[in-house]
Amino acid sequence: MPRDYSLTGSDTERAVAAGLAAAEWYYTDVPRKVMKDLMKRRDGVAMRDTVIWIGLHVLFAAGGIYFWGAWPAVCFWLAYGVLYGSACDSRWHECGHGTAFRTRWMNNVVYHIASFQVMRNPMSWRWSHARHHTDTSIVGRDPEIAWMHPIKLGLKALAYVGLWDVWGSLKTLLRNAAGRLSTDERAYIPESEIPKVVFWARVHVGIYALTLAVALAMLISKAGWLSLVPFLLIGGPRIYGCWHMVMTGLLQHGGLAEDVLDHRLNSRTLYLNPISRWIYWNMNYHVEHHMFPMVPYYALPKLHEVLKHDLPPANTSLWDGYREMIVAVLRQRREPGYALVKELPATAKPYRAHLHNTALAHAEA
Amino acid sequence: MPWIDACMAEDIEEEDLIRWDHGGLTYVIIKGVDGMFYCTAGLCTHEEVHLSDGLVMDYEVECPKHNALFDYRTGAALRAPACEALETYEVKREGDRILVMVP
Repeated sequence: MPRDYSLTGSDTERAVAAGLAAAEWYYTDVPRKVMKDLMKRRDGVAMRDTVIWIGLHVLFAAGGIYFWGAWPAVCFWLAYGVLYGSACDSRWHECGHGTAFRTRWMNNVVYHIASFQVMRNPMSWRWSHARHHTDTSIVGRDPEIAWMHPIKLGLKALAYVGLWDVWGSLKTLLRNAAGRLSTDERAYIPESEIPKVVFWARVHVGIYALTLAVALAMLISKAGWLSLVPFLLIGGPRIYGCWHMVMTGLLQHGGLAEDVLDHRLNSRTLYLNPISRWIYWNMNYHVEHHMFPMVPYYALPKLHEVLKHDLPPANTSLWDGYREMIVAVLRQRREPGYALVKELPATAKPYRAHLHNTALAHAEA
Repeated sequence: MPWIDACMAEDIEEEDLIRWDHGGLTYVIIKGVDGMFYCTAGLCTHEEVHLSDGLVMDYEVECPKHNALFDYRTGAALRAPACEALETYEVKREGDRILVMVP
């Protein structure tokens, strides 16, 4: 029977009835002193990373414009695209949690910039992500499930060029700007927050309208192909630069179990090269992040060392992660209900099977 | 409401908190950045997660599950997903003991 991924459908009722909604999750025991140290916030690291991030935006955009019409411009725009269209996701995410900076307004400023870049309403996505952490990969509850079954591989491939996603995001922004929210959005956004959702959607739509107006004015003033620059700078990178965000993001939960209450079963940790880790702000330590979302990105490698005796072995590389995920996803297409269950090290506590026995039995059948 | 003997002052480190259960309810007692003691409801107003695993920073306490933020002096909700304030309770120190006035 196909799953119902809406937040008000039959699987929502089933998840609530099974006790999978807002449930108790498995956590590895970590001494309070160690956890306090890991949770500590500092401004310095995120300030350094943000100065580099903004500085590179300026540098690559300037290079793209300076070399306009010559091949080096392509390299500059591709690099700019990744900084805008991929690094925005991790900045949006970490600042949404409020963990990047110690100073609250700094988190808020970067959160709003990154929300705009990633084309997410900063209000509704804050609530959506809170629900994702409450009910990770619980069907009918989690609004951020990337791999819905049956999996449409064509659409997943298209995600790397952002077209489909951007089209969907623009439609949502316009709908929100018109004051309309979907039934799913209303399922996780409190009524009192709806005016803020509408306000920020209008701000985002206003900036895109201004970008369009500038491009049209350039075209009318005979700027020719240079009229594309406003779109290469704003909005466009969400299409031509999102590939890194998609490449890393799909690994977070792909091929793993749904409807379980143990993040070791539904999230993936893998080792990444330093450049990707900087773009992704260490979200490759995804089991660790889900277990302890208060730990800032710069402390995740240390948290990984603290937890790894209790976690399935991390995938050794992006390639290793993809190989594992694709095999599992292809099997999921043939065998609905299948999920990859990773082996735990001998030092780990067993999976919390008693909390989700039925779901796991279904997953392994 | 009477004063209830809750814990030893030394049970709580500076800028930290402990869980304290009393009368079927759960609270947190916080030693603030100013060295003073504070008491609030023990569950986040967003999804009733125990705040005792959270983080105390300056005059704020953060929920460990969704990072909702509260001013522990007033209980005010400072960051979504919390929208409602925490209940706060009077605290006094008598020698080595921390006393809390709760219902």
